[in-house]
Amino acid sequence: MTRSKLFVTVAAAALFSVVVQAQAQEKLKIGVIATLSGPPAVLGQQLRNGVQLAVKDLGGKLGGREVEVIVQDDELKPDVAVSKAKALIDRDKVDFVVGPIFSNILQAIFKPVTDAGVILISPNAGTSNFAGKECNANFFVTSYQNDQAFGVAGKYAQDAGLKKIFLIAPNYQAGRDALAGFKSFYKGEIADEVYVPLGQLDYSAELAKIAAASPGAIYVFLPGGMGINFVKQFRQAGLADKTVFLSAFTVDESTLPAQQDAAVGFFGGANWAPNLDNPQNKKFVAGYEKEFGAVPATYAFQSYDAVLLIDGALKLTKGNVTDKDALRAALRKADFTSLRGSFKFNTNNYPIQDFYLVKVAKRSDGKFQTEIDKKVFTNFADLHAKDCPMK
Amino acid sequence: MSTGLFVVQVLNGLQFGVLLFLIAAGLTLVFGVMDFINLAHGVQYMLGAYLAVAFYALTGNFLIALVLALAAALLFGLLLEFVVFRHLYDRDHLEQVIATFGIIIFLNQAVKTVWGAAPLTLPIPEIFSGSIVLMPGLLYPVWRLVIIASGLVVAVLLYVLVSRTRVGMLVRAGATNARMVSALGVDIRRLFMVVFGFGTMLAAFAGAMIAPILSVEPGMGDTVLILAFVVMVIGGIGSMRGAFLAALLIGLVDTLGRSFAVDILRLVMPPSPARTVGPAIASMLIYVLMALVLYFRPAGLFPARGR
Repeated sequence: MTRSKLFVTVAAAALFSVVVQAQAQEKLKIGVIATLSGPPAVLGQQLRNGVQLAVKDLGGKLGGREVEVIVQDDELKPDVAVSKAKALIDRDKVDFVVGPIFSNILQAIFKPVTDAGVILISPNAGTSNFAGKECNANFFVTSYQNDQAFGVAGKYAQDAGLKKIFLIAPNYQAGRDALAGFKSFYKGEIADEVYVPLGQLDYSAELAKIAAASPGAIYVFLPGGMGINFVKQFRQAGLADKTVFLSAFTVDESTLPAQQDAAVGFFGGANWAPNLDNPQNKKFVAGYEKEFGAVPATYAFQSYDAVLLIDGALKLTKGNVTDKDALRAALRKADFTSLRGSFKFNTNNYPIQDFYLVKVAKRSDGKFQTEIDKKVFTNFADLHAKDCPMK
Repeated sequence: MSTGLFVVQVLNGLQFGVLLFLIAAGLTLVFGVMDFINLAHGVQYMLGAYLAVAFYALTGNFLIALVLALAAALLFGLLLEFVVFRHLYDRDHLEQVIATFGIIIFLNQAVKTVWGAAPLTLPIPEIFSGSIVLMPGLLYPVWRLVIIASGLVVAVLLYVLVSRTRVGMLVRAGATNARMVSALGVDIRRLFMVVFGFGTMLAAFAGAMIAPILSVEPGMGDTVLILAFVVMVIGGIGSMRGAFLAALLIGLVDTLGRSFAVDILRLVMPPSPARTVGPAIASMLIYVLMALVLYFRPAGLFPARGR
């Protein structure tokens, strides 16, 4: 063997070992799709923060593998979301996609992601179609099925015997779902149902109607800026003192910094609250506030749980993501300690969990948060799972 | 439907109208005088609200915060005029639309970078925090009365300024024939700059006054911008009087539509479809109104003279 041949052989061997090493140490890639522009950006930021905090708390490793998180902004545009999701899959070769916030974005990215054999974990949007007939083995939800969140206040109103309830929601699909969800559990008298245009600013006309109807309670689904305006104006109109305020997605930690005292004592329905009493949640809330200077909302905790879910599954597969069947089976076991406590997957990969009536309170440090008032549902499974072919 | 409720809803409609006028006034002024389409008016309104919140946090006094916010908005308006807008006066409307749309995107993002994406809030000033009983069980915040009053004051002020002062005369002359005014020795560029700065200040004033009732968030100007344009089109483009009356008309039509559409439809159809159709019709009403006005009076209800 000549010297040069020897050199080439050694070099090749060295190169080969480098390649092997690189493969062994190849990072696990998680793509995040969240709405990070426009008014709802605050929700997307909670999602992104939740994921990043979880990765940090786990020491940058999931199931023993180094992890890289790639964040993409869907701009709340389905077409943009699809191209970003495809880029995550084709260019970045991600192993998991975590996201999105909004249901219409989920509808758009669902097929491109799951068809590519990539695991899609939704930390917020949980539409009924993917819980039922169109359920998918590559799709997992760490939040809830949307109807469940709408039903919490309805069940509470029914159990508490509240009378003459005034319902108000924006005039679009989710708004109608919200009122239908409420009425599926509440069978008492309804004072009136009012649909307002999406994005309405001033509610004085509706407030006058509410005052004229003098209901025992109102049920409100006005997400985002609409809810902030409504809550402030409802309080200013003096209706808050004599009307029970029930809601969904209207008072939470993403809107409370703007609603402040106006929302104190108002009720919402959720699967978690920052003061939920367990050690892992206390650590999470304290860590989140220290890192991001804001109180986490459900979006953040569900995203944190999504990363814990991945970590738990990878521990079972010993970091292997290439055997998809094993990976899916491991994910379905949900072998992790959820911040909400009891958590398991139904046959449709949606959670079976508890739901609470939560109440807005001002903390001693002057910040605002929702707090658990009472448990409304225990081990609540959504109604669509029976339509899902997966067993 | 009681008479009391109807009266309250009429009042609500007028108040919404005045609110719209506050926003549309600056837009009308700039368009009427300078023939300049300023899509950035909405973000200037947003900026006014943000500045008020920021100065309120610094000073703890609403009035001082309002004055500082107006001054800052004026400076910013002049800066924008100097950097961007003065290069656009001679261009056609499409280029103005594109440039000012760019400013919308830029400022929305800038506001988010500076203040964060989370909505902010501004408390009602202490002395106006009371409320009056409008009907049994319904309080009407005094602050809303203050908004109505300030809108009327702005209307009167603008009327006096435009039709009774020397500056107003120049403004009207500039609107009719800018070249001729320039030939007569008036520095038309400076006049435009003043008008534009004043328009920005009006937008900021609207934003600061409304902030205690509405949430202060990125993009808050985009929704009102559309309404402001509807006001301008119905009133007659560039006509201040038209803008005022159109704003009140839209406020009334929108509020009364929202309040009573379902009740009226219930007289002719079953309650369930009425509940679905009613809000859809109510939210279309102002656009239907605009279409009708455009059909019968293409120049608007009160077209500005000399155009």
